[in-house]
Amino acid sequence: MSPEMAKKLRESDAGGLNFEETELTLGLPGETRDQKTGTKRGFSETVDLNLGGSSGVESKGKKCNGDPSENETSVAAKPPTGNDQVVGWPPVRSYRKNVMRKTGKYVKVAVDGAPYLRKVDLEMYNSYQQLLGALEEMFTCFTIRNYLNERKLMDPVNGSEYVPTYEDKDGDWMLVGDVPWKMFVESCKRLRLMKSSEAIGLAPRTPPQCSSTSC
Amino acid sequence: MDPKRSRNSHESVNSSESTRFPDEVLERVLSLLTSHKDRSSVSLVCKDWYNAERWTRTHVFIGNCYSVSPEIVVGRFPAIRSVTLKGKPRFSDFNLVPENWGADIHQWLVVFAEKYPFLEELRLKRMTVTDESLEFLATSFSYFKAISLMSCDGFSTDGLAAIATHCKNLTELDIQENDMEDNGGGWLSCFPENFTSLEVLNFASQQGDVSFDALEKLVDRCKSLRVLKVDKYVKLEQLHRLLVRAPQLTDLGTGNFQQELTPRQCAELESAFSNCKNLHTLSGLWDATSLYFPVLYSACGRLTFLNLSYAALQSGDLAKLLPHCPNLRRLWVLDTVEDEGLEAIGSSCPLLEELRVFPAAPFDLDINRGVTESGFIAVSRGCPRLHYVLYFCRQMTNAAVATIVQNCPDFTHFRLCIMNPGQRDYLTGEPMDEAFGAVVKTCTKLQRLAISGLLTDLTFEYIGKYAKNLETLSVAFAGSSDWGMQCVLRGCPKLRKLEIRDSPFGNAALLSGLAKYESMRSLWMSACNVTMNACKLLAREKPRLNVEVMKDDETDSQVDKVYVYRTIAGPRRDAPPFVLTL
Repeated sequence: MSPEMAKKLRESDAGGLNFEETELTLGLPGETRDQKTGTKRGFSETVDLNLGGSSGVESKGKKCNGDPSENETSVAAKPPTGNDQVVGWPPVRSYRKNVMRKTGKYVKVAVDGAPYLRKVDLEMYNSYQQLLGALEEMFTCFTIRNYLNERKLMDPVNGSEYVPTYEDKDGDWMLVGDVPWKMFVESCKRLRLMKSSEAIGLAPRTPPQCSSTSC
Repeated sequence: MDPKRSRNSHESVNSSESTRFPDEVLERVLSLLTSHKDRSSVSLVCKDWYNAERWTRTHVFIGNCYSVSPEIVVGRFPAIRSVTLKGKPRFSDFNLVPENWGADIHQWLVVFAEKYPFLEELRLKRMTVTDESLEFLATSFSYFKAISLMSCDGFSTDGLAAIATHCKNLTELDIQENDMEDNGGGWLSCFPENFTSLEVLNFASQQGDVSFDALEKLVDRCKSLRVLKVDKYVKLEQLHRLLVRAPQLTDLGTGNFQQELTPRQCAELESAFSNCKNLHTLSGLWDATSLYFPVLYSACGRLTFLNLSYAALQSGDLAKLLPHCPNLRRLWVLDTVEDEGLEAIGSSCPLLEELRVFPAAPFDLDINRGVTESGFIAVSRGCPRLHYVLYFCRQMTNAAVATIVQNCPDFTHFRLCIMNPGQRDYLTGEPMDEAFGAVVKTCTKLQRLAISGLLTDLTFEYIGKYAKNLETLSVAFAGSSDWGMQCVLRGCPKLRKLEIRDSPFGNAALLSGLAKYESMRSLWMSACNVTMNACKLLAREKPRLNVEVMKDDETDSQVDKVYVYRTIAGPRRDAPPFVLTL
């Protein structure tokens, strides 16, 4: 393999991502990528994979083209084209599947002025305090923790304040912290740390009710 | 001594010397032998030794419940107090074995009830156990002490209630990782008020509330309790109440670790943990975040086994905790800790011998985080004593694995699962053959190997050539032709268990092991390239093997699943209709 090719692969494989996942295909995000046989294998242009007509169907009962005359260098194993289509793969015991948290509730976090977004799993946190603390760690320009009644984050570098807002199920932009935590987790679709100066038009903050589920 | 006394086998010096020992002495000596492998060897020496051994054996280990029948077992061993039985093929853990396949304990219990009235211990793995069986067990053996169920199915909390009600001498109730139906937590209240003998209580796999009041009272009165693993419905606050009643615990499985506590409650919990001076194993920790880790710090210094595989920790959390755990020998984590978390392991746990990294979201294609080859390398650098690894990842390279085994040449168990089937070395684009080649060449003590990634027959050539101590091999989506499987069957003298799925091995491969299968416990092949004719031939040639076939299609000659195992009990009589015994 040429050095350029290898470098290209490394570049597309940032941060532990499976580079095959960044391969362009048609289809909505999250759809299984098994629409076309043979395209799943990233380097398939160099290897003749005989997929025997399978297209992501359960692997049991598949007819392998295991002709003994096949030479050793050609690969005839039938890797299926989508993890979730294969019975019992990866080999994780059903008990462990049941008790582990599912995918969690990942939402995008945008910060005014930052060039890229992050994602957080809201189910990792128990309270607004924990969430905002994690956001602070994630966007390391913020150093002042936000507790309880203060629902803004301060950027000490340029002195601007950020107000955490979120888009709810109805598509409305809301101030973070008004509703009980669990209700927030359920209805939040994405987060935006908005510059205070732009947060005109949001209702003035009132101190939240004290309750064991609030931040 | 009568030199004319008939000898079963070996004549000459050895056997005549052995007759100088009166039977009582021989039995006394042999009763000190515990390893079943040693006992097996002893029983083969001569008839006298065979008899002395069978009279002195108190524990029998049966690795495949269909390799022998209960009648044969009780006929040979009259004095058994403890039985370990394993049932279904291991791939049943991953739903590859249909329901009602078999491995039901009941018939065994019926026979044992008659011949082993003094039975004390029963340990089962991958067996079907009904509530009726548990009730039968509880009421048939008055001296019964210990039951351990791992990866079993068919029972509910009602069965546990029967055990609690009737087993007056119970010391151990260990319910691990089972599919147990939850009919309520009232079973704990079934232990009588004067019952105090419990030493091991593990109900971590329960999926519902238990009666906490009953649990607390039970823990309070069982002063010999050393293992306590509760389920995730037990709260932190409740854990505290248990700990203060059982500071003698050596092995603790907490419940949920995510409750809002006041500072005073935190301090009390911390104090309770620091009073557990004998605690060496910690698990549970459901939903734990680093928030409450400080309560554990005082106990962490003594921990040798930490199971964090139910806590979706981030790398920072692990980095905070591990410096307090320098004596860890075994560590289980989720891949949410990522490579940074593994680096923390490498720098904090120099005595580590076993690492298992489980995937938090194995079926989710969106979430591409997890661990990579660099985390594994970091651990191998910091933990030279590592000999057992189970590692789920989404990318790996041949070079990384070579480095890892250079750093840790003592692997006995190497189980690498690259989660995308047939995935190549992501840097070079090559198959992963050289990775496993490096493993088998370098790790001469290797007993167990699980392979993954894109693999050609070359991997199997390497295994056959170098893995001379290999006993268990797991293969999935690997190989190019029959030749691969043939290499392994020909080359690995100690092979006992071979399980293969979705690989292009066909009839020639299956039949090349004709001479070998009787020296193995079992062979499993599913979604391979085997036909009925080859299976029938195998069954015909080898009457002491059971060849069991499961087919998708009645008329098809293609075999979907074949399970081959040695047996002295003949074809099994409880096979369901979808299992054809040839």
